[in-house]
Amino acid sequence: MLKPRLTMWLVATLGLGSTGVVLAAPPPEAVSCAACHGAMGEGLPAANYPRLAGLPANYIAEQLHYFASGERQNVIMSGMAKPLTPAQVKTIADYYAALPVTMAAPAASVSAGLMARGEQLAVYGDWKAGIPACFRCHAAGGVGVPPYFPPLVGQSANYLSDQIIAWQTGTRTGDPQGLMHTVANRMTSSDTQAVVAWLAAQKPEAAVTMAKSEGGAQ
Amino acid sequence: MKSTPLLMSRLAGALALACVVCAPVLAQNAPVEPKSALNAALLTGATFSPPDIATIPKDEFGKVVQFGRNVMYDTKKYAPQYAGNSLNCVNCHTDGGAMAGSAPLWGAWVSYPAYRSKNKKVNTYEDRLQGCFRFSMNGKAPPLGSDVLVALEAYSYWLAKGLPVDEKVAGRGYPDIPEPAQAPDFVRGKSVYEANCAICHAANGEGRVVNGAVVFPPLWGAQSFNWGAGMGSIKNAAKFIYANMPYGQSYSLTPQQAWDVAYYMDGQERPQDPRWEGSVVVTRAKYHDNKNSLYGTTVNGILLGDTGAPKPFQPPKS
Ligand code: HEC
Ligand code: HEC
Ligand code: HEC
Ligand code: HEC
Repeated sequence: MLKPRLTMWLVATLGLGSTGVVLAAPPPEAVSCAACHGAMGEGLPAANYPRLAGLPANYIAEQLHYFASGERQNVIMSGMAKPLTPAQVKTIADYYAALPVTMAAPAASVSAGLMARGEQLAVYGDWKAGIPACFRCHAAGGVGVPPYFPPLVGQSANYLSDQIIAWQTGTRTGDPQGLMHTVANRMTSSDTQAVVAWLAAQKPEAAVTMAKSEGGAQ
Repeated sequence: MKSTPLLMSRLAGALALACVVCAPVLAQNAPVEPKSALNAALLTGATFSPPDIATIPKDEFGKVVQFGRNVMYDTKKYAPQYAGNSLNCVNCHTDGGAMAGSAPLWGAWVSYPAYRSKNKKVNTYEDRLQGCFRFSMNGKAPPLGSDVLVALEAYSYWLAKGLPVDEKVAGRGYPDIPEPAQAPDFVRGKSVYEANCAICHAANGEGRVVNGAVVFPPLWGAQSFNWGAGMGSIKNAAKFIYANMPYGQSYSLTPQQAWDVAYYMDGQERPQDPRWEGSVVVTRAKYHDNKNSLYGTTVNGILLGDTGAPKPFQPPKS
């Protein structure tokens, strides 16, 4: 795990290099998270540790709450989340939400047919099977819609499919109004494989212009 | 594959008898996954399914069909000269106008020309397309023979292939909804809205925009459909909402909830009716004198529609 000073240095340097903006040092609450989620919250795709950088603050806070309550079951994360006070959760959520997205998710290699099916599900959905387009709720490009809808691009295929399976098997709950639950339960395993492969293969540039919520249409 | 329980018995029950316990179900006691149908087709008895999109021919005709489909999905981009708000046709015609129970274009294509009481004459299919631009899109009617109109006709025709010409086709329009047991109510509608809709359409119905693009369309206000639109009728809105909303959870509301939230949505301000007759009283008397329109009535302390003459056409910003 990175020493706090090194982490600070990395954040400052990388932050300056990639966006020209000097970023705040991580708060002490987030230091232990870096071991798995990376110094810049970029995640570790090879180990299924999701990126946290740029996720909506409200969404991060909610998930920490679900890990602690058991609504979202994960041995590692429930241990990490349980000791956090509401104030610490807020500090952590605000910190990660403000970090720039730097991670490129590695693409899984699947057949062209599966990729085409993945694109169809992401952009148009499959209404016969009751699956609305992912991008209708997660925004064009899958960049997310703060405060409730997390981004899908910039996460690894394995992490994404683990989440769909978690909804299907009931180990992930708490999603508002059962919205994601409803979609996940309508997906076959080949649908899941197709859509996560396509999402993970999208250009990381899409993630760089991460969701800037601009309120409503005026 | 797994499918969501269809809850036929509850739906049948809700349709058959007057609902006596219609208090809105609030978020905290809602089940993890509300019972819903796969899509809007369920209560329509539709048997027709339009051709697979992948089979749009790769020729000159196919190009025009594809253009029509693009107009449905991204009206602002493909028909900017006629779109006056931030909606797209697909927002009210699910699956690009292919979905039964969501006013599919194939159902409409085989149903015109037809007499309509809205304007007391026989309307053509083109009239209907033009009407949705003028009212639902708060824009300008594309002229007869224009690229946009021709493309929408080509796409509708292509979707309807194999369907007999008959306006009674199952799946057309939005499915009927039982009359509400209690008169639709603004206050109850507001709590249905807050528990089931605000997450996407936002607290004041303004919708949500990300990186300059509308993700969740506005339900009222300056960028939504105008007072002349079909969705401004509480009945049409209740039917649409019951079958199509919350997004992905068809028929999960009770009919009473759908009526209440439709009343709440249609009891808000929106752009003036383009058929404006100089005053709200005259305009109501001429076009809105029925129980499904709140135009020209006072709701929540506001005389709806009292906003003066229609604003001149302006292409949308985003
Ligand atoms: C030992 C590795 C490890 C550590 C340390 C760790 N996490 Fe995690 N984290 C994970 C894994 C694995 C997941 C995915 C869990 C799942 O699949 O449900 C995860 C998921 C999350 C998520 C959900 C992300 C999403 O997109 O839904 C959040 C938020 C999160 N972690 C925050 C934190 C915070 C804050 C800390 C520090 C207090 C932390 N994690 C420390 C491994 C770790
Ligand atoms: C009706 C709206 C809706 C649609 C359509 C939708 N989602 Fe979601 N999705 C959500 C919501 C809401 C959440 C956040 C859940 C939470 O807060 O726990 C979510 C979360 C997710 C997550 C978890 C992300 C993370 O960081 O852990 C994944 C993965 C996901 N969705 C994939 C998909 C895919 C793939 C599709 C298309 C097949 C899709 N979604 C379509 C509403 C939707
Ligand atoms: C705000 C919602 C909304 C939008 C946006 C919208 N429509 Fe409609 N449309 C309706 C409603 C409501 C009806 C009436 C349905 C009924 O009477 O059952 C309708 C009816 C129609 C019909 C006739 C259907 C029938 O079976 O008679 C056609 C065709 C149509 N719309 C095309 C379009 C096109 C093309 C666009 C985009 C330019 C569009 N609509 C945009 C709500 C909308
Ligand atoms: C998960 C997000 C979500 C929820 C929750 C939701 N909607 Fe929608 N709504 C949408 C989307 C997305 C569209 C556009 C559909 C499309 O393009 O296919 C839409 C379209 C509409 C439209 C037609 C377009 C317009 O702007 O007038 C109406 C009316 C509407 N919704 C009403 C409601 C009502 C009422 C509720 C609550 C009962 C609700 N919605 C809940 C996402 C949602």
